[in-house]
Amino acid sequence: MATDTPPAPATPEQGSARGVTHRGDRMFRGLSRGSGIALLVLMAAIAVFLSWRAALAIGADEANFLTSFEWDANADPPRFGIAVLAFGTVVSSLIAMVLAVPVAVGIALFISHYAPRRLATPLGYVIDLLAAVPSIVYGLWGALFLVPHLTGLYTWLDEYLGWTGLFAYDGGPARSLFTAAVLLAIMILPIVTNVSREVFRQSPKMQEEAALALGATRWEVIRMSVLPFGRSGVISASMLGLGRALGETMAVATVLSPSFLIKASLLNPGGGTFAQNIAAGFKEAGSTGRDALIASGLVLFVITLLVNGAARLIIARRKEYSGANA
Amino acid sequence: MAKRIDVSGLSAFYGGFRAIDDISMTVEPRSVTAFIGPSGCGKSTFLRTLNRMHEVTAGGRVEGKVMLDNEDLYGSGVDPVSVRRTIGMVFQRPNPFPTMSIYDNVAAGLKLNGDHKKKDLDEVVERSLKGANLWNEVKDRLNKPGSGLSGGQQQRLCIARAIAVEPQVLLMDEPCSALDPISTLAIEDLIADLKAQYTIVIVTHNMQQAARVSDRTAFFNLAEVGAPGKLVEIDETERIFSNPSVQATEDYISGRFG
Repeated sequence: MATDTPPAPATPEQGSARGVTHRGDRMFRGLSRGSGIALLVLMAAIAVFLSWRAALAIGADEANFLTSFEWDANADPPRFGIAVLAFGTVVSSLIAMVLAVPVAVGIALFISHYAPRRLATPLGYVIDLLAAVPSIVYGLWGALFLVPHLTGLYTWLDEYLGWTGLFAYDGGPARSLFTAAVLLAIMILPIVTNVSREVFRQSPKMQEEAALALGATRWEVIRMSVLPFGRSGVISASMLGLGRALGETMAVATVLSPSFLIKASLLNPGGGTFAQNIAAGFKEAGSTGRDALIASGLVLFVITLLVNGAARLIIARRKEYSGANA
Repeated sequence: MAKRIDVSGLSAFYGGFRAIDDISMTVEPRSVTAFIGPSGCGKSTFLRTLNRMHEVTAGGRVEGKVMLDNEDLYGSGVDPVSVRRTIGMVFQRPNPFPTMSIYDNVAAGLKLNGDHKKKDLDEVVERSLKGANLWNEVKDRLNKPGSGLSGGQQQRLCIARAIAVEPQVLLMDEPCSALDPISTLAIEDLIADLKAQYTIVIVTHNMQQAARVSDRTAFFNLAEVGAPGKLVEIDETERIFSNPSVQATEDYISGRFG
């Protein structure tokens, strides 16, 4: 949206006030303005198309779009709702965040403040490499390695935490939301780590020395100066990761065995996510079925927007105390 | 509270580079000792060896001996963290913790030491801010962030933070170089007050400041760029500025130095 009001026009206008307009300036202004407008037109076109097709589908829907557990979008009359998908998407992404963010912050701190340079540099490369693995490869690894190896952990969780209901496990292949979440956690680890590491690295030396001179240990230095400084950066990093987790398609589709049910247990197979459902259903869907999938995609888009807005609020709330005005 | 510092044969290194060479001196308790000398002569490095901050820098290493009364700061088994709790430091640029309030900034060191009783903290915060001549300016906004203060106030906040833990020694690394003349005067007045209780070492580029605030002055110099810094002489400030025993000191003081 910043392309809307580029600061660029100020300079060419000064030029024309003197009666001189440079050709290069004119061309560049036209080019940058054109790119900005093209982006807006493209966004508007996508938004109009999606809303229109979604509206068609929701109009034809015989069930409650927001609360129904069914997905019979190709039937006549179509009956479908996004409750299961919204639940699965949000829950799997949240679990992924809970698993990934602490580990990512730990790795980032290790690289930026603990590891000797000899170790920190190669470790950084490995993390970068992890980010470069295609998601379908993660999916295959998840299906062939993670699924069979998680059954042991699930049996253990069921034994000690089964009474909560959340961790009840009936045996069988571990193709559940929790497995998807573990995979998502591994997938978002690099981005959260990298962004956090960059933020921690920029934490002002001045404040670290202030803490040291007061007799702080290394961990206390990190607690007093590095973490408060990096707080908003870590939140942004987590949101980037959450954005990826919410929208991840192939990896989830490969490890999850979907069903249109919301279960208390996270470990038993079933459930679904927006992106996984679209990938699984798009090929065989009829016209209304496709529109229904588009409508579900719109909901995913709205959820992502809300999450980002919430993150911005959290960051803005304590601006007065942020490291930015140091 | 104040203790004497005895340095003998101290050299400091950055990796393979010898930054200061074979320095020996005594810093008297309850007095102000000023370090002067051209840029790069190692006076800040030397200051940072006195509370073991030098070794925090990558490649930082020290040879020699620093005695605080009868305790060897570089002795085996001495924890640098506890050394830094005994010897406070104020830096060139004011560096209050931006995420903390004024109150929390002053209390930061005490909280590290594990003193958490709210009433005690209140007392120490008030006493330290009064000690740093800042209390009257901030007593109504203790919960506001420290970064909202002026530069001079921030520097006095940093002094309050350093004296809140009642150190034996207070090291100041060009504490006024980022401040305007009025704030500088406030800090100098404060130094004069503080020396009744603390051993103070101050690095300064401002020779008038050294003459105004210190009892004893040490002059550092280096033979050439890339050569290690050395202590040329240390003496009563009055003597250094009127009748120094080394010609190089006189040249530097009178501005005849390159």
